[in-house]
Amino acid sequence: MNAQVVRPYGDTTGDGMVQVSFTLPLPHDRAAEGAALQLARKMGIEPAMVVHAKAMGPDFTFFIVYGTANHVVDMRDVVVVERDYPLLGPKDVNAAIKTRLRRPLVVVGACIGTDAHTVGIDAILSVKGFAGEKGLEYYSQLSVVNLGAQVSVPDLVDQVGTVKADAVLVSQVVTQKDAHLINTRELSAAFREAFAPANRPLLVVGGPRFDESMAADLGVDRIFGKGTTPGEVASFLVHRLAPDPAQGPSPRKGSP
Amino acid sequence: MSARPSAAAPLALDPVTVRKARSLARKVGSPVVRLARAHTTVSVERALLRMSGLQGADVDGIPWANRLTDTVREQVGLEHGLALPVWDALARSGDDLTVLAQKAAAGSVTFRLPEGRDATRAARAARSTVAQGMRRIDTNRRQRERLIERYGNPPTPWIYLIVATGDIYEDIPQAQTAAREGADVIAVIRSTGQSLLDFVPEGATREGYAGTYATQENFRLMRAALDTTSRDLGRYIRLTNYASGLCMPEIATLAGLERLDMMLNDSMYGILFRDINPVRTFVDQRFSRQVHARAGIIINTGEDNYLTTADAIEAAHTVTVSQLLNEFFAKEAGLADWQLGLGHAMEINSDVPDSFRLELAHAMLARALFPEAPLKWMPPTKHMTGDIFLGYLLNGFFNLAGALTGQGILLVGMMTEAVVTPWLSDRDLALQNVRYVMNAAGNLREDFRPAPDGFIAQRARQVLAEAIDLLERIASDEGKVPLLSAIADGTFGLMSRPADRGRGLDGVVTKARDYYNPANDLLDEGVTR
Repeated sequence: MNAQVVRPYGDTTGDGMVQVSFTLPLPHDRAAEGAALQLARKMGIEPAMVVHAKAMGPDFTFFIVYGTANHVVDMRDVVVVERDYPLLGPKDVNAAIKTRLRRPLVVVGACIGTDAHTVGIDAILSVKGFAGEKGLEYYSQLSVVNLGAQVSVPDLVDQVGTVKADAVLVSQVVTQKDAHLINTRELSAAFREAFAPANRPLLVVGGPRFDESMAADLGVDRIFGKGTTPGEVASFLVHRLAPDPAQGPSPRKGSP
Repeated sequence: MSARPSAAAPLALDPVTVRKARSLARKVGSPVVRLARAHTTVSVERALLRMSGLQGADVDGIPWANRLTDTVREQVGLEHGLALPVWDALARSGDDLTVLAQKAAAGSVTFRLPEGRDATRAARAARSTVAQGMRRIDTNRRQRERLIERYGNPPTPWIYLIVATGDIYEDIPQAQTAAREGADVIAVIRSTGQSLLDFVPEGATREGYAGTYATQENFRLMRAALDTTSRDLGRYIRLTNYASGLCMPEIATLAGLERLDMMLNDSMYGILFRDINPVRTFVDQRFSRQVHARAGIIINTGEDNYLTTADAIEAAHTVTVSQLLNEFFAKEAGLADWQLGLGHAMEINSDVPDSFRLELAHAMLARALFPEAPLKWMPPTKHMTGDIFLGYLLNGFFNLAGALTGQGILLVGMMTEAVVTPWLSDRDLALQNVRYVMNAAGNLREDFRPAPDGFIAQRARQVLAEAIDLLERIASDEGKVPLLSAIADGTFGLMSRPADRGRGLDGVVTKARDYYNPANDLLDEGVTR
């Protein structure tokens, strides 16, 4: 079924049921519950039921509200970043690099800024991998340098120059005060400054709270969001750095 | 805090094996202690000035403690210690410490290393001033003991909640609310990156980055506010901050001076996770732990962090090794068992079969190895995916494991971990989770006995055996300080940190034969004058 217009699904098609929870800075009384219903209505939830209201101290009340969302989603207006490259298995990735690049592809990975969460970069890079897929270190034609956590952008630029990396993978988990966006902009600016356009390595950024459509805005070549697997990243690297000459997109830079 | 050795007995650990683990930790740790004793650092020297009451900063916000230390270092070096050149200059000029620091920063003081009678005079004056600070730390400890006697200690596990707004004046009402809602311990998370600053910021601060700066004034404000709340609630609310990073010795000193109650203080965290030079860390660590011991502060170690980078099953034994090392370093620095909030965490992937039994095994092992220590049990973070509903359930199991294994300090897990900084409602729901589990199953420990040779007992023994193997491997290194080689090889947290690299190395100085630091003497001797 290819629905053009969809509504949330509770237990019946088209019922529009949603649940929300929120806190109001009001003491818990009937007026507060009325306020919660009014808010729900203004959010497009009508009829709404306050199924739970609980005082949190004298000045705040927590609500759980269920109700029918009156909004509909028109699928024709939905815009997402679709994967625009073929998904390859490790064997195909290795073969593509070997025949087209004739040398291993060098990848440098790091968590930049003060972010100490290496879980993302390790999921993509370390042999252990993620979601049942082995990480990039497992690929014989990928030479991986994992710099770990809290790498400064200038250090990263230095290291990338030293090992002549083809691609830079940066993970950002901490998002407080938009740290991930600020750090990514710093990253892309530093690489633009340090490398001529033809020599700049491919910049790939990933993290659970990124909007994948923001790559151009942030000045990087690709953003990978939540749930990205090592295979997707490896396939993307091949697509951009060792593309199939028979297929469309030419590499971003000349011959690497 | 009452210990709960009963929870450990069913694991039937062989006492000979346990003794072996401890003696290996001693063997690995002792060369590090010798290394620490042979060096000083800029931060150790600045701690001496902080203890002597030096506060304030120049117009650029660089503390006078830094300006004075840097000037003395330029002129006469730090290998003899800061005390003699500084108190010699004070005696010659008649200035007080602040004025001397200001003049030194302006370039109008010439320091020298005094000799003979001048040296004796400077040493005596330095010791007398530093002793005043030490007595303030002692007085604070007695004050805490009096308050706890008045209000009584809360039952364990102590409920540990975090505030982190960046603005001390926002933190205060949040902390007071959290205490009113049931927190026994309030931790003020530091601004991200403070650990990499080689100075302690000054004054009350309102701008932080995912946390609030640790400053002496912020410490004072928060402790005063929680004293008020403690009085209102009839419960002593403990205050926690971080003695980690490049300024461990100074921050430990400020914590003692302002009556903080717990400090995060891990022997290797800064090395592994902040890329701070290993020698710098071990020197700073030892001094800060001596101060904590003196101040009656409970330290919280950071083993949970290993499991955020390494696999929580494969690396379980590195947690045990780190706990054993942290215990050795802590006791060497004078800390008692009740002050050792050794860390561990629930970080096994919840998709793994028997994940909860494995978690229980690891938590029981920690309890069994350190029966008198108030272990600090950290909630899941790595496998909190944004599915807040599953996260709430995992936190419930985390609380249950805490209850079953007699954890002393329970950091309350938030279902919105990895999504947002905790909302008011997140904290309320999290406390409701803890309360339900403690109310429903807090005494289940009495009935809970894992089968003597069952899965849990065997897993615990296996982890201990792996920990002993690793300690043996480290100890067999032929270098002068085997632990440094192990850290360089990426043994812990999968991060390689060579001893000749990392931040803060330029602040490490080898002590000369005539090195003098009255704070060291007062701490070593445990005296007040």
